[in-house]
Amino acid sequence: MRRRALLVAQGAAVGLVALLLGLLVWKLVSNQGGDLARAASDGKLPKAPNFRLDRLDKPGSFQLSDLRGKAVAVNFWASWCAPCKQESPYLEQAWAQDRKKGLVVVGVDANDFRSDARGFMSKYGITYPVVYDGPGKTLGPWGIKGFPETYVVDREGRVVDAFVGAIASAADRARLRDAIREALG
Amino acid sequence: MTRSLVALAAIFAALVACVGTASAVGAPPRAADLESELVCPVCKTTLDQSDSPVANRMKAYIRARIAAGWSAQRIKDSLVAQFGQGVLAKPPKGDFGLLAWVFPLAVLGAGAVVVGILVVAWSRRRGPPSPPPLDPALERRVDEELARFEG
Repeated sequence: MRRRALLVAQGAAVGLVALLLGLLVWKLVSNQGGDLARAASDGKLPKAPNFRLDRLDKPGSFQLSDLRGKAVAVNFWASWCAPCKQESPYLEQAWAQDRKKGLVVVGVDANDFRSDARGFMSKYGITYPVVYDGPGKTLGPWGIKGFPETYVVDREGRVVDAFVGAIASAADRARLRDAIREALG
Repeated sequence: MTRSLVALAAIFAALVACVGTASAVGAPPRAADLESELVCPVCKTTLDQSDSPVANRMKAYIRARIAAGWSAQRIKDSLVAQFGQGVLAKPPKGDFGLLAWVFPLAVLGAGAVVVGILVVAWSRRRGPPSPPPLDPALERRVDEELARFEG
């Protein structure tokens, strides 16, 4: 009887250690990030993770999966991010140029104050839809490592290209145009 | 005379107590305290240890709200409304946050019980089993042989 109790106690201790080890491995793996961008750059067309967030530009919420059938450029940004200021005119330009063909540019403002984000949108003339993710809960599933990052998603919800960092150079802008053309199909 | 002095002392003590209470209740929160209790959402360290742009923006927000007369709790609540519960360095002692306080203690308690059981089990464990007693006839014969040998 005592031997049985001992075995149970030892089993419980080993189980607890295994659980903690599992949690550690899960944490390390889930914190890797960047996989989506890497897979997109390798041409693997990974599925874009869905999100549902409140809008900043007007009342209501917004779900990415509602845009299935359209090409989407998802731009992760924050008002305190200096390179975000640099690229916002190009995103606005792309939105104005291709929205009639079926492109939607979506800004995801993360780790930011709502008021700061609205001020940024007003200052830089952003007219495309922007959603708010203060706690940054979308950053993990998308593997976002910093701001800005932009993902071009095709009409089937697959990521065709990813831009880690600002879309600032002429080469970046040309690549964005190509990615949008591919996403529009 | 003595009665007047006692009354004066009592009034003075009451005044001191009132002033002390008023200053404790009305004391504005300290930015340094709040910065050590709130976490930068980008670098995941407390604000006082971070110099990231968002941490600096949050520090400025805290100072502005203190200057506007906000309480520490109101400032924390407003930051939680923007950045979520993860902005708090310590989880709140209620609802799900209570689990973060209770779970480690429960695991520690369970570990102590397991260790206790093991210690008791190991301390009670005897050495190698003693050999079975000798047959009385054989024992008598061994005694006789030994006696003869010693004799």
